[in-house]
Amino acid sequence: MFFLSHIWIIPLLPAFGAATMFFFGRKLQKSTVNAVCVGAVVIAFLLACGAVWQYSDYARHNPGKPYENILYTWLGSDTGHLTYLKHDGTPAPFQADAGFLLDPLSSIWLLFVTGVGMLIHIYSTGYMAHEGGYYRFFGYLNLFMFSMLTLILGNNYALMFVGWEGVGLCSYLLIGFYFHRKSATDAANKAFIVNRIGDAGFLLGMFTIAWYFGSLRLTEVTELARSGKFSIGDPVITVATLLLFVGACGKSAQLPLYVWLPDAMEGPTPVSALIHAATMVTAGVYMVARSNALFVLAPTSMKTVAIVGTLTAIFAATIALVQNDIKRVLAYSTVSQLGYMFLALGIGAFAAGVFHVFTHAFFKALLFLGSGAVIHSMSGEQDMRNMGDLHRRIPITHWTMFVATLAIAGIFPFAGFFSKDEILWQAWSAEGGAYRFLWLVGYGTALMTAFYMFRLMYLTFHGRPRMSHEVEHHIHESPKSMTVPLVILAFFSLFAGFLGWPHSLGGSNRFEKFLEPVFAKEARVLQTEGESAQLAAGAKEEEHTSGAEHFLMLFSLAAAVAGWGMAWRAYRHADKGYTEPIAAAAPPVYSTLLNKYYVDEAYDYAFTGRRKVGDMRLGVMGAGEASSWIDSNVIDGTVNGAGWITRFSGTLSNWWDKWIIDGVLVNGPAILARLLSYPARLVQWGLVQWYALVMVAGLLGFAFYYAWH
Amino acid sequence: MVPITTLHYLVVAAALFVLGVIGVLTRRNVVIVLMSIELILNAVNLNLVAFSRIYGLHGQVFAIFVITDAAAEAAVGLGILIAFFRNKETVNMDEVDLLKW
Amino acid sequence: MQPVATTFFFYFLSGLTVIAGVLVITRRNPVHSALALILALLGQAGLYLMLYAPFVAGVQIILYAGGIMVLFLFVIMLVNIEKSQKEEQFNKQWVVGILAAVALGVLFVLVYTKGKSLFPDRVAQLPEQSNTQQIAVMLYGNYMFTFEIASLLLLVAIIGAVVMAKKRI
Repeated sequence: MFFLSHIWIIPLLPAFGAATMFFFGRKLQKSTVNAVCVGAVVIAFLLACGAVWQYSDYARHNPGKPYENILYTWLGSDTGHLTYLKHDGTPAPFQADAGFLLDPLSSIWLLFVTGVGMLIHIYSTGYMAHEGGYYRFFGYLNLFMFSMLTLILGNNYALMFVGWEGVGLCSYLLIGFYFHRKSATDAANKAFIVNRIGDAGFLLGMFTIAWYFGSLRLTEVTELARSGKFSIGDPVITVATLLLFVGACGKSAQLPLYVWLPDAMEGPTPVSALIHAATMVTAGVYMVARSNALFVLAPTSMKTVAIVGTLTAIFAATIALVQNDIKRVLAYSTVSQLGYMFLALGIGAFAAGVFHVFTHAFFKALLFLGSGAVIHSMSGEQDMRNMGDLHRRIPITHWTMFVATLAIAGIFPFAGFFSKDEILWQAWSAEGGAYRFLWLVGYGTALMTAFYMFRLMYLTFHGRPRMSHEVEHHIHESPKSMTVPLVILAFFSLFAGFLGWPHSLGGSNRFEKFLEPVFAKEARVLQTEGESAQLAAGAKEEEHTSGAEHFLMLFSLAAAVAGWGMAWRAYRHADKGYTEPIAAAAPPVYSTLLNKYYVDEAYDYAFTGRRKVGDMRLGVMGAGEASSWIDSNVIDGTVNGAGWITRFSGTLSNWWDKWIIDGVLVNGPAILARLLSYPARLVQWGLVQWYALVMVAGLLGFAFYYAWH
Repeated sequence: MVPITTLHYLVVAAALFVLGVIGVLTRRNVVIVLMSIELILNAVNLNLVAFSRIYGLHGQVFAIFVITDAAAEAAVGLGILIAFFRNKETVNMDEVDLLKW
Repeated sequence: MQPVATTFFFYFLSGLTVIAGVLVITRRNPVHSALALILALLGQAGLYLMLYAPFVAGVQIILYAGGIMVLFLFVIMLVNIEKSQKEEQFNKQWVVGILAAVALGVLFVLVYTKGKSLFPDRVAQLPEQSNTQQIAVMLYGNYMFTFEIASLLLLVAIIGAVVMAKKRI
């Protein structure tokens, strides 16, 4: 079990590459950079293959058990003397280890992350050959690989969060790679900040889980959740899963935190391919799938996930219909496809969702890399309005992208057909048709997906050439370092779907079977929830009606073909100044879609506090300013007013004391006495004999008075 | 002749008393005033002793005490006179008007 | 039963005392007034004797005439008399003063005559012992407390007189 026990080498190799770039990169040759960084990822991929192969062996001996390799205790204490209190007051050990977990779910991610990552690294040697900062690019790319691998291999939520944050950081670094462009740095900031909002949700969800379950280890949490101790619809678990989903929305660009992804196209195209198509954005899907045991205990969260996913899917698809930048179309397409994945997870079809992640990685990476090749050959032009008629000049790019387009549109037998169809079938049939409305929306989205993808194809490669003559002269096919990965990815886009060949068509759906240990028990839970017949994790497929499934398959195929047809009709002969059909049919709709429903503007008004009415800020910051104003003027004013009243009453009492009490009551009698004394003192001559005389006179007076009475 | 009764003594005492009061109220010389006060006290003593003939010896004892008192008072009064004389070089009552308004 | 000499001696002694009193208040020279006072005191002592109070008479002569008057004479000598003898002797209020005093005197006499019936004219029983002894018995018996107070009073007077007369306190 060499590969398994040394599974920790896999993330460490690209980390090593990143560290080398950090310390020595500036002085290294391009070839050295290639050898270190690309080599690291290649070896990582090989080790990953070995590990998964050995895992399948391991799994045979230990059915249903994931492979866990704990290296050391990273946070807290391993003796357990550091504790915190759980929700019921019992102490739980504060502990998070540096450990690695390999089970079917993470094996799939491991393989395609290292595989597609490897191909993109190779592609980048060609694409970035003439760019400055070569070593920096590969350093960041390797750092990203390290973070992503930590995320998927981590055995506890804390380590997963380390990877989560790491990929966010690398996304920021790579989007802002051309840092002398303000639009690039703005986009990088936007990505990081919006991501951070999601991260807050993830953290809160993580803390809730720690508080409620007493542990952050994935195996322990899953076990506790499956043990039956918690009832379905448990409010704390609902809150925790909703918070985790907020994190997933941030990372995987769902409504309303998707706004960073289209702007992330400012980064170099390999970055868009790796991070924003194949790997980083799937981290949210991974996290939800990993926490499936928790999600099935909270039907409200599941429904939320499904609804948000579906809404995102159709929302993004509508915007993609009219975008003119080739990479923007692909970006919105990514958001839309991610919506599909969450839809699948939300209705309980976890395996179908994971399958779509898997196939999407290939054809989306291929689409992005292909668009990179197009941009490269067009000397940096990205606007499709200035492209056209490239299919003869860059054939390899054209054909590989065509394969990918077929895949994403969902044409049989390309990869996308199987995965998307599985999701749509689940949406139709899960829980006796409870999610039919979601199926309808998904169906509409599939139609739009086909349309805008083929629009992209026709505008870029067909029709009349609309570029300037300068650019036209320089059109050339990309070097082998770029075209070979394209071909490899095209191969996978074609054949990867066969892994999930559904039972209804006679296949054994190896993919689902592989994922059984991860999702099987949840299937039983979901079964007991509703009166469903067909479930996600392949435990009970015998009861499905294959007739309905076949019909639906044909129906979705029809949607794809219809979309293709509409695009063919509208853009096949696109010449200079071609008209968009939507613009012709409904101009207000067109401008709304072109401006992305003005969501960015709305956010700007509401949250950034940059817009002002007169002197007052708008939105959330404005509310903050308003309450600050209320506090300093109204509340403090009241306080100051109270103080003023007190001081004033002090002044009053001072006046009262000084003038009335002192003046009238105290000084008054004194003044009166003094006034009276003026005449009275005249009697005092200071002569004793006079006093004696007066005494005698007084005595006489008394005596005569008494004598006479 | 009329027999001498207590009343005669009382009349004499009254006369002495009146003389003393005149002296106190009228004379300017402080020494003469003090002597007049002694006259008054003597008048009182005579009164006391005259009544003691009738009522017992208590009057005489009282008279002794009055004499004692007179002695003390004379001493102190003369002491004040000396102190006053040192300051003002006069023995006239009229000029002792420091407490005048 | 009164002997004949009683009347004569009474009138003589009382006339002496009264005339001496008049002299006291009218003389210009304080020394003359002091001598007249001594005469009055002696006359008074005689009157005491007539009232069968020998002890009081003795005390009167010894203390009053022999002590107080000597004191008076010493002070007269200390005080500058020459100047005062040349000044006006009677103050401004002498008329009112005399009137008031006479009125007082009249009042007394009226009271006496009106109330003559109040005091009986009998003579008290003369006890066996001598007058001095009797007084001593009373003094140290009934009036012990008063006696002590009187001595205290004399102490205070001594201190007061000394302090008053000192050149520098």
